[in-house]
Amino acid sequence: METRSANKSVVIKSTIGAIIMFMFAIFVLPPLYDLFCEALGIGGKTGGPYQAEVLTIDDTRQVEVQFVVTNNATMPWEFYPVKDKVFVHPGESNEITFFAKNLTGNDMVGQAIPNILPNNAADFFHKTECFCFNSQPLDAGDDAELMVQFIIDPELPRSVNTVTLSYTIFDITDRVADLKITQL
Amino acid sequence: MAHGPSENFFTRWFFSTNHKDIGTLYLWFSFAMFLLGGAFAMIIRAELFQPGMQLIKPEFFNQMTTMHGLVMVFGAIMPAFVGLANWLIPMMIGAPDMALPRMNNLSFWILPFAFAILVSTLFMEGGGPNFGWTFYAPLSTTYAPDTVNYFIFGVHLMGASSIMGSINIIATVMNMRAPGMTYMKMPLFVWTWLITAFLLVAVMPVLAGAVTMMLMDINFGTSFFDAAGGGDPVLFQHVFWFFGHPEVYIIILPAFGVVSQIIPTFSRKPLFGYSSMVYATAAIAFLSFIVWAHHMFTVGMPIAGELYFMYATMLIAVPTGVKVFNWITTMYKGSITYETPMLFCIAFVILFTFGGFTGMMLSIAAADTQYHDTYFVVAHFHYVMVAGAVFSGTAAIYYWLPKWCGRMYDETMGKVQFWLAFIAFNITFMPQHFLGLAGMPRRYSDYGLQFADWNMVSSIGAFMYGGAQLLFLFNVIRTIGWGKPVEDPKVWEGADGLEWTLPTPPPFHTFSTPPVVK
Repeated sequence: METRSANKSVVIKSTIGAIIMFMFAIFVLPPLYDLFCEALGIGGKTGGPYQAEVLTIDDTRQVEVQFVVTNNATMPWEFYPVKDKVFVHPGESNEITFFAKNLTGNDMVGQAIPNILPNNAADFFHKTECFCFNSQPLDAGDDAELMVQFIIDPELPRSVNTVTLSYTIFDITDRVADLKITQL
Repeated sequence: MAHGPSENFFTRWFFSTNHKDIGTLYLWFSFAMFLLGGAFAMIIRAELFQPGMQLIKPEFFNQMTTMHGLVMVFGAIMPAFVGLANWLIPMMIGAPDMALPRMNNLSFWILPFAFAILVSTLFMEGGGPNFGWTFYAPLSTTYAPDTVNYFIFGVHLMGASSIMGSINIIATVMNMRAPGMTYMKMPLFVWTWLITAFLLVAVMPVLAGAVTMMLMDINFGTSFFDAAGGGDPVLFQHVFWFFGHPEVYIIILPAFGVVSQIIPTFSRKPLFGYSSMVYATAAIAFLSFIVWAHHMFTVGMPIAGELYFMYATMLIAVPTGVKVFNWITTMYKGSITYETPMLFCIAFVILFTFGGFTGMMLSIAAADTQYHDTYFVVAHFHYVMVAGAVFSGTAAIYYWLPKWCGRMYDETMGKVQFWLAFIAFNITFMPQHFLGLAGMPRRYSDYGLQFADWNMVSSIGAFMYGGAQLLFLFNVIRTIGWGKPVEDPKVWEGADGLEWTLPTPPPFHTFSTPPVVK
């Protein structure tokens, strides 16, 4: 019957369409989102290790860089920046430290995730070295000074005078065993 | 061979492949869910009657707001329109039944199980979903109650049901039309449902994808939405609203279809601008895919993104305006009578337009920073969902029920219900605009004293509105059981369309021989 085969064709095409949309949601949208954020420099995600170039230091301009930290949900560590803020010239290399202490009686692994505000500053905040590039194992009761080296790009938009670097520290002890975390 | 329904109750309803019986099942199911979701709303409004915690705990309040949204959207409104589609589409296009009757049975009978799973979580340890109907991660992943897996499975089942229902509608409309019933002769209800069905097939899988990613994050150690593993919670919002915005048009487009059938009947004029209505529906459906981030103006977006989503959103007002003007022009200089279905439709046009205007206010990115997540948003979407979808659904029942069962509803009771619902609706939701503009955030079980008076007014309206629905239920049962038989087999003298050429009530099988459409 003609209608019957036409119905069958609608069912097959629609089912394929639905499956494609399902795959699209799971396998295409997340990487696409990351690509967009990376390409547009939004989402406040900072880049990976920066290959230092010789940048001219812009003495005429001073940028305030603030540091804030957050402990994610159940993370029991003591974690804070040694200095709340620094004033830097674009182009110069700066080094700052954070203090972390494992207050528990268990060996743990932490992972800090950086974020930059305002969003349009993220592309101009270069980290030549950062503890956030790796996870941080701390044995029970241990503490550590964690170091970040950064350069503010002289191309930083003129409208930006204050940059906030935020770290959220996560407890990844459970997953570090079976999952290698690589932070971009 | 003409024969009636099975004598055996179980065989007739559980094994049914008849579009009329399945339509009836859908409609009763959705009304049951409507009362359940309404009961949740009554609990919410009772708690918000006065500031401070009176009746329930905040945790339970959160479960109520979540379940109210989920049950109303997925359990009441969507199945109601699928039920109408089942009853009406074959009769409107001159088909003997839906194209895939067995799949029709399956897509209905999944639903009670899906909602049994969802609602059962309320009785489990840890309680039901409490993260809002939009279930943003990480509230719905890291911080979710353990029952979230039941919720995920329930959503998967609902999605499967909706997709099967839509495939059925697409196949019916494309392949089962009577000879001569070209696309541009189809009644608008059929057109809006065809477009809605395509939307459903496109976006329900995205919802399934979103909950699947949640499932993986919760149980299998992935990090789609978890920043600790390199994921991003904002991604969840993008995926959700990529589904969620078309979803609101899935809810409202069939309602547009219903209104476009009823207004011409009681204006005694053909629908003004039929083809522009079809194109406007298609335009709205297309635009619905490219505006999702206007739900997320405050999460942080580049200015270019905010501007794009703002202008694209405003653009939707153009095809919607075409529709509103067409309805008004249809009524213009018509010889209008105000039977209950027409009253509901006129209220729909007025209140839906009002809700559209508050939507325009919300679309302004800069202003939305203030309105975001306040009661202004709650008021806006109840104007378009309740006064939009629910009013038109009620109108549809009053309009077609006499045709379906051959008995007339009580006109006085219908009018009383209309005025009660209309007034109560506005008492409930109009003050919520003021509360929102004054800064009252949504989804909280308590509020500052400055919001007390309008909340009490809103609660009183909500209880009245709930009462109006019981009157509706009574009127429907009374009509089916004891209503006066319809005198004119056409029911409404101004009605036009194939379904009105059938005997009243229509026999179990109709259009076994296709009608001829000139």
